[in-house]
Amino acid sequence: MNFDDTPQEAEFRATARAWISANAPKQYEEELRKSSLGRTQLKNANILEVAKAWQKKKADAGWACLHWPKEYGGRGSSPIERVIWQQEEGPFGQLSRMFIIGHGMCGPTMMAFAREEHKRTYLPPLASGAKVWCQLFSEPAGGSDVAGLRTRAEKDGDDWIINGQKIWTSGAHYSDYGILLTRTDPTVPKHKGLTMFFLDMKSPGVEVRPIKQASGASDFNEVYFTNVRIPDHQRLGEVGDGWNVSLTTLMNERSAIGAGVSTGFPELFEYCSSLMLDDGPAIEDRAVRSKLANWAVKASGLKYTSMRAISALSKGERPGPENSIGKLVAGSMIQDVATYALDLQGASGVISGEDGELAGRFQAMLLRAPGTRVEGGTDEIMRNIIAERVLGLPGDIRVDKDVPFNKIPTKGRG
Amino acid sequence: MNFDFSDDQKQLRDQARKFLAEKCPPKAVRVVLDGKAAYDKELWKGLAEMGFLGVAIPEEFGGAGAGHLELCVIAEEMGRANAPVPFSSTVYLAAEALLIAGSDAQKKRWLPAIAAGEAIGTLALFEGKGNPAPKNLKLTAANGVLNGVKKPVADGGIADFAVVAARTGSSGRENDISLFLVDLKAGGVEVKSLTNLDPTRGQAEIIFSDCKAEPLGAAGEGWSILTQVLDRAAVLCAFEQVGGADRALEMGRDYALDRIAFGRQIGSFQAVKHMLADMYVSATLARSNSYYGAWALSTNAAELPEAAAAARISATQAFQHCAKNNIQVHGGMGFTWEFDCHMYYRRANAMALGLGSLSYWEDQLIDRMRKKNAA
Repeated sequence: MNFDDTPQEAEFRATARAWISANAPKQYEEELRKSSLGRTQLKNANILEVAKAWQKKKADAGWACLHWPKEYGGRGSSPIERVIWQQEEGPFGQLSRMFIIGHGMCGPTMMAFAREEHKRTYLPPLASGAKVWCQLFSEPAGGSDVAGLRTRAEKDGDDWIINGQKIWTSGAHYSDYGILLTRTDPTVPKHKGLTMFFLDMKSPGVEVRPIKQASGASDFNEVYFTNVRIPDHQRLGEVGDGWNVSLTTLMNERSAIGAGVSTGFPELFEYCSSLMLDDGPAIEDRAVRSKLANWAVKASGLKYTSMRAISALSKGERPGPENSIGKLVAGSMIQDVATYALDLQGASGVISGEDGELAGRFQAMLLRAPGTRVEGGTDEIMRNIIAERVLGLPGDIRVDKDVPFNKIPTKGRG
Repeated sequence: MNFDFSDDQKQLRDQARKFLAEKCPPKAVRVVLDGKAAYDKELWKGLAEMGFLGVAIPEEFGGAGAGHLELCVIAEEMGRANAPVPFSSTVYLAAEALLIAGSDAQKKRWLPAIAAGEAIGTLALFEGKGNPAPKNLKLTAANGVLNGVKKPVADGGIADFAVVAARTGSSGRENDISLFLVDLKAGGVEVKSLTNLDPTRGQAEIIFSDCKAEPLGAAGEGWSILTQVLDRAAVLCAFEQVGGADRALEMGRDYALDRIAFGRQIGSFQAVKHMLADMYVSATLARSNSYYGAWALSTNAAELPEAAAAARISATQAFQHCAKNNIQVHGGMGFTWEFDCHMYYRRANAMALGLGSLSYWEDQLIDRMRKKNAA
């Protein structure tokens, strides 16, 4: 048992470290390091431009999309090399956030289902950051139950006509392309009538509207489709096979092994280490210490769970199911941590923004946390996944499984 | 990076699991639970024959000379089987204290006997309520004799010898404490059995009256040695707890698959599924923290104090969580003496206290993290 690189891994790490050290936009390092929670922004620069420039630099030197094949703009690296790169890229990895969906989900789906000419056309600019992609699955009527989506695609000659609405689309407002899951047959049970496409987000009839979140920020969008035309050659997979295609996409939505999830713990520990309470330093208070210890072992448990997965990759094995706990644990933990940090501030904990303690850092964390527990699979869906796929418990009884989609009730009451 | 046990170590784990499944089924545990034996002597003999008791004891002292990682995988299986033997007292506490501080003669006297299953050892630390702290120790050592009372002493009723923490000074500092080795079969020792939460591992009160004792380690070094022993034992116990947590989770899962209510498997209800998923989460966090503890233990890393405390807390919580919710999944049947659920519930809650309670280790963890950050 050890934490050492193999000689090959050490060599790869040294090469990556040297290149990053010589090329990374160091002027933003400190700002990026501090922005690890919630939204990444830069005070004196446009984050989108900085991110694109860094991605282009990486692509030119062969460091973009390490896990992709070379012919599509990647490096053909092993999974463990990808992890090592993420570790070395450190805070600059924050700049990849806007590409995560494109590189992690859209790209692999294109690779598996697009025509060869489309792969050669669309994938290299996606890898280099020249083009940004989004994923258009969720709908007002299909969140956790994504197969309940209602956006229609109807055949018209060699084209498909799209009408409907998507929601919670990250980055739609700056995306060039998207992959789109639609309903092509409402007369068959819901999983059987879906079809996947990719489209140009500048197509006529596409309208992107930002959502104002409960936190006050706008990271997501609604996307409306009004008679949008998509040529049939942009279909991904067979007509009616969209559900299987989407599973490929979602399987690639693995929690980024090695990148680590934010728990808020390091921030809280640091805060408590300097905070003075009425009767002395917070860190010497029994109640505070007990809370901190309980969160400390969750944070370290997640860290070493991730190390176990990395070890499996290093040996060329598939990581076990352990990593599925990451988002579930971190999501509610960051919410609890933020709540407690405010509690320690007493009545003044109510003050947020620049006037608040630490410029409102924990207040911002508190307001963002509910989203973390919902996005990318709610806590409840994550528990279902663990129960069913890891523990082998029965799937939920699905009352709409064999019902034609257009016969499924659409209203709970009245 | 290879943050995992080796194939040989995993094979050893499989071997231990197979051995214990055969020699230590629940009905063997029940013989001790029901008070028909103080511990499972046959199993103890078998563990010695398998080489498990001396797996981390060097060959020159009669052991297998493997290492702590090997001991960790065996510990996990001991916990999974709920083995009713004085393994933790003898192997994690007494043997480790001897390995850290024993003279050559002391090691030669006791370690080969431990490895052969011929001597049971324990640590006599606590004196009534309270967690490990020098100020809680009143038992005195003077002129080579001990006077005072220790309780509870795990496996004290069956132990042949004990490592005893005694007061040799009154400066109010840690160096007031020294360790002693006592042959419990000699004079000046009175042992009384105590009823306790987990009858599969006995607890005793030991009264020392002008009892002859030989020093273990240098005078005044007792607290420092004890701290090291408790850290090592914390990691090893964490593996037992991880094994127990996994078993309790499996029992709950299996019952949820087999039991029908309202016309369906109860494991198809989300309330039950989510409870089991949360048990898996605790067990996984505990396992990962314990692996880190194992790494620190096996390499004698500077991180051991922090890693041991984290493993201790995480594994204690996971075993308690899995054991109590295993009963909940079983419903009324889980609350019967006949079902095995309560054996894990008892073991989980007894183990949560044995090396000092959770609140003690929480405090330790924060101290150790601060120390590391300051360094």
